Amino acid sequence: MNYGIVSQEQLEQIDRILTDKLIKLGVDCVIVIDMAGNIITAKDNGRNKYDVYSFAALAAGNFATVDAMAKLVGEEEFSLLFHKGQESSIHFSKIDEELLLISMFGQEISLGFLRLNVVDAIEKIKKLWPKSA
Amino acid sequence: MSFINLKEKVVQVKIVYYGPGRCGKTTNLEYINRTYRNQIVSEMVSLKTHGDRTLFFDFLPFNMGKIKGYDIKIQLYTVPGQVKYNATRKLVLRGVDGIVFVADAMAKQREKNIRSLNQLHENLLSYKESIFRIPLVMQYNKIDLKEHGIPILPTEVLQKDLNSRLNAPYFEASAVTGYNVAATLKKIIASTIISIQKKLF
Repeated sequence: MNYGIVSQEQLEQIDRILTDKLIKLGVDCVIVIDMAGNIITAKDNGRNKYDVYSFAALAAGNFATVDAMAKLVGEEEFSLLFHKGQESSIHFSKIDEELLLISMFGQEISLGFLRLNVVDAIEKIKKLWPKSA
Repeated sequence: MSFINLKEKVVQVKIVYYGPGRCGKTTNLEYINRTYRNQIVSEMVSLKTHGDRTLFFDFLPFNMGKIKGYDIKIQLYTVPGQVKYNATRKLVLRGVDGIVFVADAMAKQREKNIRSLNQLHENLLSYKESIFRIPLVMQYNKIDLKEHGIPILPTEVLQKDLNSRLNAPYFEASAVTGYNVAATLKKIIASTIISIQKKLF
């Protein structure tokens, strides 16, 4: 699979989808990463600053671990993860075999509403993503 | 696989320190973290057990500056060395661009080095990568122990055991004192960047 380079135009479109669908909704930070822990793109609301590079490395590891757990219980995959905290929570969702979408958000957003928007954003990103070469 | 962001002109490169348990992979990263603090934007992440053994990986990102207008972000990872953790080692190797194989130069670790290198070969194959093609640097660590009277394998023996077919660049090193830690790092970064350039152009 060759996803190593994405054109500027594609990235801008992805950024626009993330901003429209998630940042405008009130999500603090949204990151698209690959399973190797690289950041494809990161958007935030300008108020919260996270160490996104370390975050990506840990998130990829976390997802891979959960994937291995899924196989152990006979599931093909657990395609989404949710970690709930007091002030902020994290939602992970698989875009495809190589990509993950991670949203960090506060108490003011309901999980259900976020999930609807994540699903919508993922559908749109999938259409843009270059198919394997 | 390195990820290249054409919009923000950033190249992310993943380098993994691999080797048998207690050979000094984490010590390498800790030394780099201390010595190059001003180039490192964030804290080193270590996922370890209570006994200070690496459980999943260590992660250390740092900026190398610009090449042809592109910001090069190097991401250093280690793997857990203990034999039982191969599943996690494999996970960390996903998308790797360059590897430092840290061998333990202590005479009693001879077999463990060979076994670990063989497993690296197999693990890379599972990602359709080849140990013969991927940028690789050998580091023969702990040579400082010679001064303390601990039996050390001569470099010729390590070369014959581990590097006779690979012919990778190699360094004698001491991660504890920092001897050749930077040299190893510079070599793997250079080889990896050259290999990425070749793939691109």
